[in-house]
Amino acid sequence: MKMKTLLAAGCAAMMATAGLADDHKVKVGMITTLSGGGAGLGIDVRDGFLLAAKMAGNDNLEIVVEDDQRKPDIAVQLADKMIQSEKVDVLTGIIWSNLAMAVVPAATAQGKFYLSPNAGPSVLAGKGCHPNYFNVAWQNDNLHEAAGGYANSAGFKNSFILAPNYPAGQDALTGYKRIYEGELAGEVFTKLGQKDYASEIAQIRASDADSVYFFLPGGMGISFLKQYADSGLDLPVVGPAFSFDQGILQAVGDAAMGVKNTSQWNKDIDNEANKAFVEAFQAEYGRLPSLYASQGYDTANLLLSAMGKADVSDAEAFRAALKEADFDSTRGDFAFDSNNHPIQDIYVREVIKEGEVYTNKIIGTALEDHSNVYVEDCKM
Amino acid sequence: MTAILFIEQVLNGLQFGVMLFLMAAGLTLVFGVMGLINLAHGSLYMVGAFAAAAVAGATGSFLLALVAALAAAAAAGAIVELVVIRRLYDRDHLDQVLATFALILIFSEGTRWVFGSFPLFLDIPDYLSGPVTLPGGIEYPLYRLTIICTGLVIAAGLFWLISRTRLGVRIRAGESDREMIAALGVDISKLYTVVFALGAALAGLAGAMVGAIQSVQVGMGEPVLILAFVVIVIGGIGSIKGALIGAILVGLTDTLGGLLLPELFKLFMEASAASTTGSALASMLIYILMACVLIWKPQGLFGGQA
Repeated sequence: MKMKTLLAAGCAAMMATAGLADDHKVKVGMITTLSGGGAGLGIDVRDGFLLAAKMAGNDNLEIVVEDDQRKPDIAVQLADKMIQSEKVDVLTGIIWSNLAMAVVPAATAQGKFYLSPNAGPSVLAGKGCHPNYFNVAWQNDNLHEAAGGYANSAGFKNSFILAPNYPAGQDALTGYKRIYEGELAGEVFTKLGQKDYASEIAQIRASDADSVYFFLPGGMGISFLKQYADSGLDLPVVGPAFSFDQGILQAVGDAAMGVKNTSQWNKDIDNEANKAFVEAFQAEYGRLPSLYASQGYDTANLLLSAMGKADVSDAEAFRAALKEADFDSTRGDFAFDSNNHPIQDIYVREVIKEGEVYTNKIIGTALEDHSNVYVEDCKM
Repeated sequence: MTAILFIEQVLNGLQFGVMLFLMAAGLTLVFGVMGLINLAHGSLYMVGAFAAAAVAGATGSFLLALVAALAAAAAAGAIVELVVIRRLYDRDHLDQVLATFALILIFSEGTRWVFGSFPLFLDIPDYLSGPVTLPGGIEYPLYRLTIICTGLVIAAGLFWLISRTRLGVRIRAGESDREMIAALGVDISKLYTVVFALGAALAGLAGAMVGAIQSVQVGMGEPVLILAFVVIVIGGIGSIKGALIGAILVGLTDTLGGLLLPELFKLFMEASAASTTGSALASMLIYILMACVLIWKPQGLFGGQA
């Protein structure tokens, strides 16, 4: 399914702003997942990005959106097409780390800018970092490290941890263990895409764990939480925000109530940019934004801030403008570390119910001004 | 590892196997009777789950949701048979695979179009939620026990249907010689539609029952479909008995393998590496089982005369 949105939001009055290098258009190619199982994430990133573009009303921003169907080969084809025939200046949009690994190194090597609204594989933060690659979301380990930090402060001494057996899953457990100081009651790798966790739940029951940490994105997390709630186990559960985003929570229902999860964003972070974003998103799309939508929105605003300062054809200046990260992030404080990955606070959220809608509320800060451990490996 | 954990895992394996049987039964009937490879069987599983989620959301009744799942999947199956599948019986398997693969794409995008990209909510009804204590002090979720019982009852019903009723006689006759029973005056095309709808209904029921403890989302049927194919290959294509034994064998192998292999590797490896290697090998285990069965019995366990 081809989806192509050409967006040139009309608002001529805004032309006068800044007055710098405004004659030069910036063409953005967004490759994201809009069909198949993981489509919810891509749709949120896209909607957040387009919302920011619309609110800015900047005529010089042209956006092309294409669906990668969560397939690395299709993402690579789309990137080639966007670079060669669409002549985009900036690429963005990829959700999954394996797709990012397939597209980003080639794109940055051709002198294009890549702004990541979601995936942050460790390679791109460390040895494979590139001056034209900016991650606006998080390094993959971050939310897991935050969960480890939360486990320490909550006094957990014996965690049972589980994740799917694939690179991001192994990174997740490594990230948790990097910060977590207690013992492990068990460490289990499940099959990627597994939907039945009866076996793992029985192992948790048989262990003497005092808490459970899991990284099971998407449908896997829905299944786990429902089955866990039904098993009669009542150990505290902690997970990263990926299993508790706004799109998923409604499908989990009561089983998620009270669960603590870690995120760099939530709709109740108290700052002007976030309030404006949450309101505008609801007005535009009629649903609550997820963290993915906030990442898409921040990515677009970062780009717009750089466009106001420099011309994209002057790569050196544009790169410097991006690096300044001079935009109002929905997360509040936001800065890039030397490897172009965010330094930001990561919060602990709790799942609550507002009226009929399940959502999250911030209950504390897990890690303040957190960067990532790969900074030293990045030589650029 | 305790005996309680082991018994609980055996029950889990049984429950998984019984669900696989509901999927595999339809698949093996369709293949056995009509000689058709139906890749879209997983889509019917998804249709059942979505119908159940929609009806449960509107009425709040889980029983009505199950009825809706059966009805919607059977109707979808019958329509698909009449419109598409009917044209494929005389074609070779490659055409069938292509056409039914196209059906998967149509069903997936169609469902996304109607219900959106986000997973739907379908939960266990209150009266079936929570654990029960079994003899020996095993705490086991009531809903999973219900699944095991429902599946076994349906299996018994299917055996009765195939071996004791007129429809069953026709199905068996259709399996062994379809030209002959057509010559004897049986309306073969109606029989095909009925068999297809029956298989679809079973898949839809499985989708709805599993959807309540897993997630109801687009693409949920395909992973199960692959396992169902493994089951019918192990059991012998066309055999309901083979499907039942194969499903339970696959369920137990998968569940117990995931538990025992990492434990086994821990005897001579460091814990973290053992769980990575053990679980990687465990996910291959059912395919190894399939290969072994095929070496020993190339037609599958109960594969007959073909």
